[in-house]
Formats: sequence, C-alpha cells, structure tokens
Amino acid sequence: MSSREPAEQPGRHRIGGPTITFGESVNTDVIIPGRYLVSIDPAELAEHAFEPLGPEVQRRLRASRVVVAGRNFGCGSAREQAATCLLGAGIQAVVAASFSRVFFRNAINTGLVAVECPEAVTALAAAGGEGEMWVDYDEGTVETSGRTFGFAPYPSGLKEILRDGGLIPHLMRGIERDEQREERAAR
Amino acid sequence: MSTLTAPRTFAQKAIERASGESGLAPGQIVDAFPDVYMSHTASWRCIRTLERMGVSTLYDPDRVAMVMDHISPAMNAKTAGDHRLCREFADRMGIKNFYDVNAGIAHIVLMENGLIRPGQFVIGTDSHSTIYGALGAFGTGVGFSEITAAWVTGKLWVKVPESVRVEIDGELPVGSYAKDVMLKLIGDLGADGLTYCSAEFGGSYVRSRSVSERMTFCNLAMEMGAKNAYVAPDETTRAYLADEAGVGADGYEVLLPDAGAEYRDTVVLDGSTLTPKIAVPHTVDNVVDVDEVSGTRLDQVFIGSCANAKYDDLEIAADVLKGHKVAHGVRLVVTPASSAVMAKASRTGVLATLVEAGAMITNAGCGACAGNGGAMADGEATLSTANRNFQGRMGSYDSRIYLSSPATAAASAITGVITNPAEVMG
Repeated sequence: MSSREPAEQPGRHRIGGPTITFGESVNTDVIIPGRYLVSIDPAELAEHAFEPLGPEVQRRLRASRVVVAGRNFGCGSAREQAATCLLGAGIQAVVAASFSRVFFRNAINTGLVAVECPEAVTALAAAGGEGEMWVDYDEGTVETSGRTFGFAPYPSGLKEILRDGGLIPHLMRGIERDEQREERAAR
Repeated sequence: MSTLTAPRTFAQKAIERASGESGLAPGQIVDAFPDVYMSHTASWRCIRTLERMGVSTLYDPDRVAMVMDHISPAMNAKTAGDHRLCREFADRMGIKNFYDVNAGIAHIVLMENGLIRPGQFVIGTDSHSTIYGALGAFGTGVGFSEITAAWVTGKLWVKVPESVRVEIDGELPVGSYAKDVMLKLIGDLGADGLTYCSAEFGGSYVRSRSVSERMTFCNLAMEMGAKNAYVAPDETTRAYLADEAGVGADGYEVLLPDAGAEYRDTVVLDGSTLTPKIAVPHTVDNVVDVDEVSGTRLDQVFIGSCANAKYDDLEIAADVLKGHKVAHGVRLVVTPASSAVMAKASRTGVLATLVEAGAMITNAGCGACAGNGGAMADGEATLSTANRNFQGRMGSYDSRIYLSSPATAAASAITGVITNPAEVMG
C-alpha cells in the first residue's frame, strides 16, 4: 500500500516512525472529502487526504508514519476510504485518545493499526507535540518520547485480520484454506 | 422453576437473537448474522471487492438491499458506470431489493418498503444506519468491505455495547421540534457522548411522536457516536408497519428491554423548556440557541437528508413558507427523502406551496448533504436540515454549514438570515 519500505521489524509486529498530530473529533469528511469517494485506490485517495486542511498538512502527512489524535478520531461518515487514504499516504498506525467506532472497524478491516492509548497521546504532547511513536500491536505497547505505554490488546480475531492485512485478504486466506481442505478430502 | 435470567437491554436481546448466543454481556464479541445488509452508492465498491475475491455466490441474496441514493441521477460517465454495474449485478445475482436512482435515500426507502422490522439486526454502508431503531430494529453502520464479507459469509463480528437510556418528557414549545431535541442532546453530550453505546430513547415525549420523528431521533444519535439507537415498538410502530410498509404484526418479533436491565447512564431532558437550536460550523456538537446567531446572512437553505426531509418535515416547511417568498439572493433547495415522500407532497399541495414560495425541488435522494448539487462557493453559508456540518461537505472548504429544524430553515429562507421560526409562525 505504501510507496515506502515497510518499517516493520522482523519477528515483531512493531511499526511506526514520525508522527503527525491532530486534535479532537477529526471527522472523515476532513480526512477524505466525499467528492473523492468515486475512487477506492489508496494512492489516488492519498492525494486528497486532509485536503480541507491545506497543502502544508498534506505534506507533513506524507512525511509521517503515525497519525496521533485526541478523542473521537474518525467521527462522522462510515466511508472506509478514510482508512484507505491514510494507508495510501504511508501511514501505518493511528494512535488516538479514542476512536469513532466505524472508523475503528474500517481501520482494522483495511489493515491499518488503530490503537486507543490516551497516555501516549498526552506524553507526546507534553514532549513538544511531534516526534516518533512506535506500536507493537502483538504485545500491546506504544513507545514515544522515551516512555512505553500499554494498551488493551486486540481480541484474537481482530489480530488475525490485522496480520492478514485486512478483512478481505483474511477472508480470502480462509477460503483458500477451505478449498485446500476440500481437495485433500476429495483425494 | 424456570431458570432466572438477568434483565437484558434491547441491544443484548437483539445481538443474542442475531448470533444465536445467550447470556451475552456488554464487551463480549460474537459473530452475528444480520437480517439485512444495506449498501447505498457504495455498492459498486462491494461488487469490485467481491470480484477481487473471486467469489460468485452470495450467502443470501434476499438479505441484500441496494439503493442508488448518494449520487442520483449519475453526474458523469464514471458514476453512471458504477450504477450500471450495480443494476446488472442485482439482475445477475437475483437481488430483488434493488432500488435505483429514482427511489430516494436508502434508510427511508428501506423502511417505507417493509424491509426493516422490529427486532432485526441490520448493517449498512452508512453511519446513519442507527435510524432503523425508529422501528425497533438494531441498525449500525459499517464499511464496504464488511458488507462484502457479509454477502459472502452472512456474518460479522460485533461487540455487545453498553446501553444508555435517553428519557425525554414534556411537550415542546411552539417552534421547537424533534431536531431541536437532538441538537440540544448533541450539544450537551458532545460528538462522542454515546460512542459505542446503544441509545434507548423513551419518555412521554418520545412515546407520543410519529415514526418519522423517531427516525430523526435515531438518525441523529449517530452524531454522538452511538452504535445503534432504539425506540420501543408500540401501537404507532405497528400502525406504520401495517399502513405505510405493508408489514403485518405476524411479520416480526418485537424486542423490548427488561425492567431492571443495566444501563451505563440515564440522560433526562425536559422538552417543555426547549428553545430552537442550531449547530454552527464546523461540528455537529457546536450547538447554540438560534437566537444567539439570528441575523447571520445565508446564501442557501437546504431542506433534505435522512434526518429531516420526510413528509412531515416538508409539510412543516411549507406551513411556514405559505404566502411568503424566499428572500432575494437566497437559494432554497428542497430534496425529498424518497419518491414516496415526493408523491405524497405532490398530492397534498406541499410541493406547490414550496415552489410558489421560490424553492427548487430536486429528485429524491441524498442530494446536497452528500455534496451533489447545492454546492457552495468560497465564503458562502448554508442553513441545512441535514445531520452534518463538517468543513467542505457541501462545496468549498471555505464555506459554512449550519444545521437546524425544517421550521428554522424555512423561516430563515424567508428572511435570508438565521431566524427563530417562532417569529414567523406568530
């Protein structure tokens, strides 16, 4: 999805890098305006991610790996492209004080790591506002500003979806497994 | 002696019914099998995803409902192609619940056509799927990948939500409506006040309201982050289903919360002290009294959306506008919620009243609320009866959207500035 090399370290589900920080209740109309929903291509959508906030924010987004936000990130419309456009822009994780529930589902379902960790958001803000943030969604930790915070780990079903890169690849893998089982049974 | 069961909320009962599980508690995650999978203009994305998966059979085509509402009619060759893809797919797969570009807004169309029934579990590619609670169903929004997955597997994972009671009593003063009640609640509780919660609406005011007004409650509960909303089905619900939707009482199972069920919170509102409210740019919880911003210049007034473009909404607007003219330089755009609403408004003369006052009537659908038609130029302001005022949603990123009831919208169209409807209604 990203045009850059994956930052995931071998053997660990650790992802992250430079941050871009937003405030509270960032809505999906601002993340990806409705006029661009005629596309489902991550790269094309990424061109317009956060367009209402202007080119400077868009430039910073592309230089970042982690979106950091306050409460209720992704509120509003259920548009799945709000997660896809961030992946297209090279974002690997969103760490927020809290999420709107539809955005959270869409993030997991598109393979975008979404972590609720208000302590990490506060720590980054206290350390000056921007920096780096690293998420290990297997261990359930967020590192930033020299500190490590825990978050409630995902239920196993959600972890599997994330590991497979989203809901559709996860289902396809399941269908493949079923077909292989049927073939073996037929032999 | 029978086994004692702990009292349950509506959400617990609805998810137990859809999952076949019992004894579910808030926070538990289960697989649920929805009764209806609604997809709107996003349907083409589901079809493309299905093609990518290489799957050609659906779990149950009768549970699929498609409505071409967000971009109707097509605005260019791309969207016309998307519509055609859906039309042909519905034909090929034997999907009988396909509603084309003439039908109107998915939520309203599904309810009018008897697809939504009490007790059901319904998912839709639209956050405002909470609206199905107006008929006592569990409705919630998901992305297009999840609808595609449900087409194939028939299920999705769902977390049992905590529930909040919202009790509204008292008669509203003249000039205030269901929309004002909801704007008041959204302003008080905030854009995430009900996040992940099942919102159960009750109280004497709610019980006395029509299904249309209950739609307004349940629709706008989403703007506080609710997972679903609910009004307990009663005689009003039964009559709507029988008379408007052609569904007899033997066609559904009413689920009512038990006395003594556990709620995270109870919110109480006295309707008799309400005043007309308005959400000012750029968030829905930025709510003030209409009087605080009265006199603000408007370029456009939009009466539309799944929140407030049903028949009674248009009738209220027509009553206010009757014998008046829309102010010079103001565009009044009226987009009925469905073709059935439009036909009724045509028969009763409501449309004629609106047109004579200077309104332009568009075809039924999402229209300007989804950014199609009724766009604003830089620096302009619209007063809208819709449910979202996010930056850039209706055209220029440098324009402003205010949200109000149809009465406030109509009164303001006459004066050209934000106006308390009580002033015009006398």
